[in-house]
Amino acid sequence: MNITLTVNGVSQAVEAEPRTHLADMLREQLLLTGTHIGCEHGVCGACTVELDGAPARACITYAGACDGASVRSIEGFAEDPVMAQLREAFSAEHALQCGYCTPGMLVTARDIVLRLPDADEARVREELAGNLCRCTGYRGIVRAILAVLAQRR
Amino acid sequence: MKPAAFAYARPTGWEDAFALLAAGARPMAGGQSLGPMLNLRLAMPERVLDLRHLPGQVGVEQQSETLRIAAGTTHAAIEDGAVPGLLGQILARIARRIAYRAVRNRGSIGGSLAHADPAADWCCVLPAFPGHAVALGPRGERRVPLDSFIRGVFETALQPDEILRAVELPVLPAGTRFGHWKFCRKPGEFSKASACVVALPGAPPRAVLAALDEAPLLIADATALLAAPEAAAAEIVAGLGLTDPWRAALARIALRNAAREAA
Repeated sequence: MNITLTVNGVSQAVEAEPRTHLADMLREQLLLTGTHIGCEHGVCGACTVELDGAPARACITYAGACDGASVRSIEGFAEDPVMAQLREAFSAEHALQCGYCTPGMLVTARDIVLRLPDADEARVREELAGNLCRCTGYRGIVRAILAVLAQRR
Repeated sequence: MKPAAFAYARPTGWEDAFALLAAGARPMAGGQSLGPMLNLRLAMPERVLDLRHLPGQVGVEQQSETLRIAAGTTHAAIEDGAVPGLLGQILARIARRIAYRAVRNRGSIGGSLAHADPAADWCCVLPAFPGHAVALGPRGERRVPLDSFIRGVFETALQPDEILRAVELPVLPAGTRFGHWKFCRKPGEFSKASACVVALPGAPPRAVLAALDEAPLLIADATALLAAPEAAAAEIVAGLGLTDPWRAALARIALRNAAREAA
């Protein structure tokens, strides 16, 4: 099927099978490999992107549902000021090791910072439950997000 | 981990949707349950019918003493206060603990109810309320009491030619008591045990025990449960014949704790 969607602000025409999911479409057809694929059934959060303005799982969003949608993958946040703060904090707080979960982690982190400006550590941990990291034990990630929340207060 | 090939249809009118349904298409709302099942090939429909572009799929309407929540209203919208009043506060609390925000942004109350996973939160909470599921088919709308909508595991009262249109719940009067408890080993996963109690003033309290291997258990008059949560929960769960002592204990604790909160 032929679909049109906006990816990182640019309109794209893509031909894809209806079963193609958004993460594969971004990676294989648009060569945006920043979106990572982990569990491929909506549990691990590695593929989390912004879809029509809110975080969503790219691995369970199919081509047809993307027709007319607006998608922002990690590459689309290069100039975003909140993401700049988060990148800095992730680096300072050792919030990544292998980096596999990081793109999805950052999209979720940005949503936490913007949606829940008063979040405490417990809330940050609860909100992060949908993004798995097997390197850091989450401590650095939680510290990084709390640091950005504090900076913005 | 890639779905089997399927065709895709996105109707924008009900006539087209019913024709596709009659031809065997599998309805998909937010796709947050069906998506994983497609990827795992537990579901292999020939055609997926995307419900998200049908008219009136999203939103909440108040009609005198009833709140009508359109089936496609997302968990995130409910979490963020789309439903007014005391009912809205209760539903927001439940919505916030469904899966993860990225899933709640797409998953919907109607999709979850129609999917009828026995461990899904709405399948535990909604049957506790005196309300209705509104089914729409070629013959028009039909109301099914929420406490008889779920018939079994992944099985509902919807006819093959019907689509769940909305959920209707009562505006809750002051003094309504509510209790809910669920057990998850990790936040956001499907619960291993869950229970809910709703007590409207002047009516017998109602309780639901869910996350069983069958349809949720409705206790239409939970007066005894609220009077003696520990003993009554033990008696009710003993009657279920659960063979796994761990699950039986969790079910008993879920029911007891929900009752204690509402008592």
